Amino acid sequence: MLIIDCPYCGKRPEIEFSYGGEAHIARPLDPAALNDEEWAAFLYARTNPKGLHAERWRHARGCGRFFNAVRDTVSDFFVTTYKTGEARPDATKKASA
Amino acid sequence: MTGQFRTAKGGRIDRAQKLLFSFDDVVYEGVQGDTLASALLANGVHLMGRSYKYHRPRGVLSAGSDEPNALVGLYRDKARYTPNLRAPCVELYNGLMADSQNRWPSLRWDIGIINDALSPLLPAGFYYKTFKWPAFAWKKYYEPFIRAAAGLGRSPTLADPDRYDNRWAHCDVLVVGSGPAGVSAALAAAESGARVILCDEQAELGGSLLSDVQANIDDQPAQAWLAGALATLARHPRVQLLPRTTAFGYFAHNMVGLSERITDHMAEPAAHLPRERLWQVRATEVVIAAGALERPLVFPHNDRPGVMLADSARTYVNRYGVKPGNLVVVATAHDSAYRAALDLHAAGVKIVTLADQRPSPSGPLIDAVRDAGIPLRVGTSVTGTGGGTRVRWVSLSSNGVSSEPVVCDTLLMSGGWTPSVHLFSQSRGRLRFDEALQAYVPGQSVERERSAGACRGVFGLAAALQDGAQAGAAAAKAAGYASARANPASAVGGEAGTGGWLGLVPGASPVKAFLDFQNDVTAKDIKLAVREGMRSIEHIKRYTTTGMATDQGKTSNMNALGVASGALDTPIPQVGHTTFRMPYTPVTFGAFAALSRDGLFDPARQTPMHDWAAENGAVFEDVGLWKRAHYFPKSSEDLHKAVDRECVAVRQSVGIFDASTLGKIEVVGPDAAEFMNRMYINAWTKLGVGKCRYGIMCREDGFVMDDGVVGRMAADRFHVTTTTGGAPRVLALMEDYLQTEWPDLDVWLTSTTEQWAVIAVQGPRARDVLAPLVEGIDISAKAFPHMSVAEGRIAGVPTRLFRVSFSGELGFEVNVPADYGRAVWEAIYASGQQYGITPYGTETMHVLRAEKGFIIVGQETDGTATPDDAGLTWAIGKAKKDFVGKRSLDRASMKGADRKQLVGLLTENPATVLEEGAQLVAGPKQPVPMTLLGHVTSSYHSANLGHSIALAMLSGGRARIGTSLFVPMPQGAIKVKIVDPVFYDREGARLDG
Amino acid sequence: MQNFSAFALLRRAFGGHSSWQPQWRTPEPKASYDAIIVGAGGHGLGTAYYLAKEHGMRNIAVIERGWLGGGNTGRNTTIIRSNYLFDESAALYDHSVKLWETLSEELNYNVMYSARGVMMLAHTIHDIQVFKRHVHANRANGVDNEWLTAEQAKEFCPPLNISPNLRYPVLGAALQRRGGTARHDAVAWGYARGADDMGVDIIQNCEVTGIRRDASGAVMGVDTAKGFIGAKKVGVVAAGHTSVVMAMAGMRLPLESFPLQALVSEPVKPVFPCVVMSNTVHAYISQSDKGEFVIGAGTDAFVSYSQRGGLHIPSHTLDAICELFPMFRRMRMLRNWGGIVDTTPDRSPIISKTPVPGLYVNCGWGTGGFKATPGSANVFAHTMARDEPHPINAPFTLERFRDGVMIDEAAAAAVAH
Repeated sequence: MLIIDCPYCGKRPEIEFSYGGEAHIARPLDPAALNDEEWAAFLYARTNPKGLHAERWRHARGCGRFFNAVRDTVSDFFVTTYKTGEARPDATKKASA
Repeated sequence: MTGQFRTAKGGRIDRAQKLLFSFDDVVYEGVQGDTLASALLANGVHLMGRSYKYHRPRGVLSAGSDEPNALVGLYRDKARYTPNLRAPCVELYNGLMADSQNRWPSLRWDIGIINDALSPLLPAGFYYKTFKWPAFAWKKYYEPFIRAAAGLGRSPTLADPDRYDNRWAHCDVLVVGSGPAGVSAALAAAESGARVILCDEQAELGGSLLSDVQANIDDQPAQAWLAGALATLARHPRVQLLPRTTAFGYFAHNMVGLSERITDHMAEPAAHLPRERLWQVRATEVVIAAGALERPLVFPHNDRPGVMLADSARTYVNRYGVKPGNLVVVATAHDSAYRAALDLHAAGVKIVTLADQRPSPSGPLIDAVRDAGIPLRVGTSVTGTGGGTRVRWVSLSSNGVSSEPVVCDTLLMSGGWTPSVHLFSQSRGRLRFDEALQAYVPGQSVERERSAGACRGVFGLAAALQDGAQAGAAAAKAAGYASARANPASAVGGEAGTGGWLGLVPGASPVKAFLDFQNDVTAKDIKLAVREGMRSIEHIKRYTTTGMATDQGKTSNMNALGVASGALDTPIPQVGHTTFRMPYTPVTFGAFAALSRDGLFDPARQTPMHDWAAENGAVFEDVGLWKRAHYFPKSSEDLHKAVDRECVAVRQSVGIFDASTLGKIEVVGPDAAEFMNRMYINAWTKLGVGKCRYGIMCREDGFVMDDGVVGRMAADRFHVTTTTGGAPRVLALMEDYLQTEWPDLDVWLTSTTEQWAVIAVQGPRARDVLAPLVEGIDISAKAFPHMSVAEGRIAGVPTRLFRVSFSGELGFEVNVPADYGRAVWEAIYASGQQYGITPYGTETMHVLRAEKGFIIVGQETDGTATPDDAGLTWAIGKAKKDFVGKRSLDRASMKGADRKQLVGLLTENPATVLEEGAQLVAGPKQPVPMTLLGHVTSSYHSANLGHSIALAMLSGGRARIGTSLFVPMPQGAIKVKIVDPVFYDREGARLDG
Repeated sequence: MQNFSAFALLRRAFGGHSSWQPQWRTPEPKASYDAIIVGAGGHGLGTAYYLAKEHGMRNIAVIERGWLGGGNTGRNTTIIRSNYLFDESAALYDHSVKLWETLSEELNYNVMYSARGVMMLAHTIHDIQVFKRHVHANRANGVDNEWLTAEQAKEFCPPLNISPNLRYPVLGAALQRRGGTARHDAVAWGYARGADDMGVDIIQNCEVTGIRRDASGAVMGVDTAKGFIGAKKVGVVAAGHTSVVMAMAGMRLPLESFPLQALVSEPVKPVFPCVVMSNTVHAYISQSDKGEFVIGAGTDAFVSYSQRGGLHIPSHTLDAICELFPMFRRMRMLRNWGGIVDTTPDRSPIISKTPVPGLYVNCGWGTGGFKATPGSANVFAHTMARDEPHPINAPFTLERFRDGVMIDEAAAAAVAH
């Protein structure tokens, strides 16, 4: 079970959180302007990287807030967590315990 | 029998406390402090088990959890039978009953030994090459035969009556292992003030110190120092000592799983004690001080009872006061066996020969053996044993020349030591091969962890004490205790020694030279695997099953690697190693489950009216976590009779239904209407205050996700209802969009599911029932029409009163604060008595809504239906530019004429009730696979209509209305007519009662 | 190829088994092949086997980052069944089951396919509705699946607890008698041996590091740890790592990779005759020929390539096992491990051409790929050889996501109402 650093509450065990998938995939402002290919890419295509991954979490059984995190999907260590709406941090830092 | 192999004095046992126990129905005597293995050895019993594949007789090999051979079944009573326990880990208690396993009819005479004779036909992987023909015979003959021969002990056959417990803990420093390194680490960390947990798998803390009778620490005998150190630790208020506790798994972010055994060693456990406790410890820093495991030597018939690991024999003598035999040969490739020889010699055991396969060993231990007059033969390896179920002689060989067999009753062997890197490896630290030690040792740590002592290749008492102290201090410091210092104790004796050997001993044949004792894997098997192209160590492991037995290769993996390295002609580091997997030793299922059983398996959600329903005979069904009243049978009624009665009562007079499980969300804020517009397919802007609307929510992929009535309580406030199971999903999706896509919207969302009790009152008499109880709301048909909502009081309690109907009758849903739910329910029930008010359950609710053609999300829709498929196009806010799911609904495939659409079905025979889930086809006689056009989603007998009704999702369904199709059933096809899904009161005349 | 049989074993026993030859070679890669399969799991090796056997393509290579069969093939709980709801799925999985039934003879390798029956437990009225829908659809599709009462379920699996006092009592079960288990390693090894015998080069310990394309965008070959290897057709069958490999061709797929855990108990004598699955309480269990209970746990919530997950996941599964089989509470977990499962939005696989000419992909099997191994390999070989899908995998293309024509088995199991 991971320890996740909620930007609002601090470090809490993973079971307090729900996972929200890849971060920074904004819903298009005008979905009607997208063709089917583009819309499907928004709905379904994911980076699914082996390495650093920007992802969404929600402190569902805590403050209820969504936030973002950068985590190494090989080690499962977090580099950082940050608030929704903030740009993805320059995550060159290595994830570690 | 008495313990004729018991020493006169010494050891950590209490000779005065005699314990009686039985093994295979023979009663023996042991003493307090014994393990089952030591007690059997004290009685001269070496034969304790049979191997897995060849059923070879086996004695106890080790004195610890690495034991591969001596596996027994233990039973206190029939319900507490436990198979596959390691005899050296079973603490003896008075009355213990143990059985040997995997033998028939008896341990000494086992018919399975025929496999041993056939072993030339049963090499590694033989089953892949045969048993293929004829095809049917695998399932019928070969597999049952193989299965019966395999397995070890028997499964328990009765429900386990014991209790298990879980505990979660945090600490600054977790120390795993309580040998010299672990105790030193715990002392150093504890002195700094850190919160420390020290755990050890054994019954007593102390590890190798418990077997040491020669060394001194800080000028005391080692065991005296240990006692002092443990007393010091026990006095620290922030230290927790956990003996009988195995650190079995290392998980991400420094979580370590511990398995604590609490009552297995007790003759009569107190009833309040759990049998085991599973700990999940989150440690800031971890010190692994897991020690090292001695390796067997690999040579033919190295598995005969009476062959033991040298240092284990030393443990039996020094710790348990048991001599493993009277005439002992020691064969070694490492100095440490000399210490065993010396200690046995001192205990009065005759050491016939000490054979060292190294040509010229030297050092203080070698000198001591020479000084003690023990016959020493260097450059001499052991190449075989003889005897039946006990060693009678061994063959030694020097420079390829075999000597005369040496008569003995016990052979002690040592191939050197393997650092116990299991937990480190589980922590995802990379292992490094140490050429000097010829062993894998921990490389760079990944977690906040450090290894200390023998488990990282630091051998010898003084070095381990120092390494442990440094690790403990460093861990405490890293955890924030800056004052931590290492003050290691000093030691005299317990030197490290050198040596070691991997794989087949020089000059020995690989045939019947066992690596993995339990799984009967020989050096020859490894060579065969390599010959057959298995080059990866993982392939070799899987092909031969080496290291896959219940000991997980603790004594075998490095030797197998040595043999594989030779066969592959590849150095060990390039061959690599297999993955170390949790658990370190097996962990009881029940300890994981612990209290999560019976009523605590999953919480049961109950409505405020639950007890009333139970008192009034309701039968409940599980819906998600909720318990819902399914129906209310009277006397001998079955489901159908009760539901028929309930259905008629609602349509003819009035019924009362507990709808509290519906999800409820309060959507509030200046932008609430805009938010609702975006989330739901419906339009909300123009919905007046005090009005309701049936809302439908799609996922972004366009498929129906949830539905429910929404009331507008104020311009900026909506009372949203969801399906029973859907509430958390809906709220989560709403929060997702609100927080991450539209943070500009000024809206707050609150789950109010538990705040409101909801009482549906449905039927032509519904208004009559409620009218006397309602204050502050004019509920007349004119003032309070269908789809209205208002706040007032009912039975003196504040209410949000909805005029809605899921039955098609005049209906109300009374929302009151949950604590008043039952009182209001009872008031309404009392008021309805004059009208024969009938409580009804979910089944009647389903029938009534099906009569009206109302869908249930999750029954008519299944996650693949669009609003149009479900006949809900009318609900879509056409003028809206966007809502969740709208873009997806614009795809061509979402508009196809052949999509499955909601229809009604009528059978020719009104008594025929179709089976839900049954399929619809055009031609009932077509061959399989048939062309399936749709399926029955809901099907009931309608007492009100006097015939059966069904709803279905049917390809191009609306265009097929008026035609007929067939439902193919095993008993024959049933013809059905496709009809409009509304069966009852199509005009909606009954809504006003 | 050396024949495998009881007679061969006997004959070679006299030579101390010293005359057995390698089951497959360890070749160095050629400069180019007609086709390359990336990933030597069961699906990839099977694809090579069927390309060689049924489509005459023998100049092909299977390239593997680690050791063959070392991914999900060697880590799964080996459940085989085909009682899927939708026609498309039933056709695909039943194609597999039919191949399973003769696979040992086909490969001259005992894959120990054991049709011991797969029983799926219903715990709620909603479960009953869903399972009966499966039973009816399966019957009309020619797939065996039958409904059992709780008592019949217990008769089929005596250790099952059908007490009505359970938190989620067993209300019945759907049983597919042709379902069962097989020996996972043997599947990979059998296909490897068969493919190798027809000339397929299996190149292990050789990571693919790039996919090269020509000016027209078509595939030219792959860069690997052992250098560039040319091929006009490249099939990616890399399971959890598919996104990583396909990114080398600039493609983003509708895939996410999650940890999936499983565990085995210590071995005991036969006591558990079939496979039991319960989606409602999350329990999946059978007993292997070796005697171990093989138990499937769930996926962790988050994308990960760590090949491990949290303790709470298998722990939760053991809650359910102890609830359904209280006599197993004293059994002990021997070994736990994790794999990486690539999942699609509709939980159905992708067996497809791609927009990149010459590049094919077979992925998205989620938690249930083992059962499909022979069928998946068979139709994917067809797709690669003919450059068009087999009718069975035509519905499983990438385009279904664009068009919204999903095959949503998970959603069809639907939600509690």
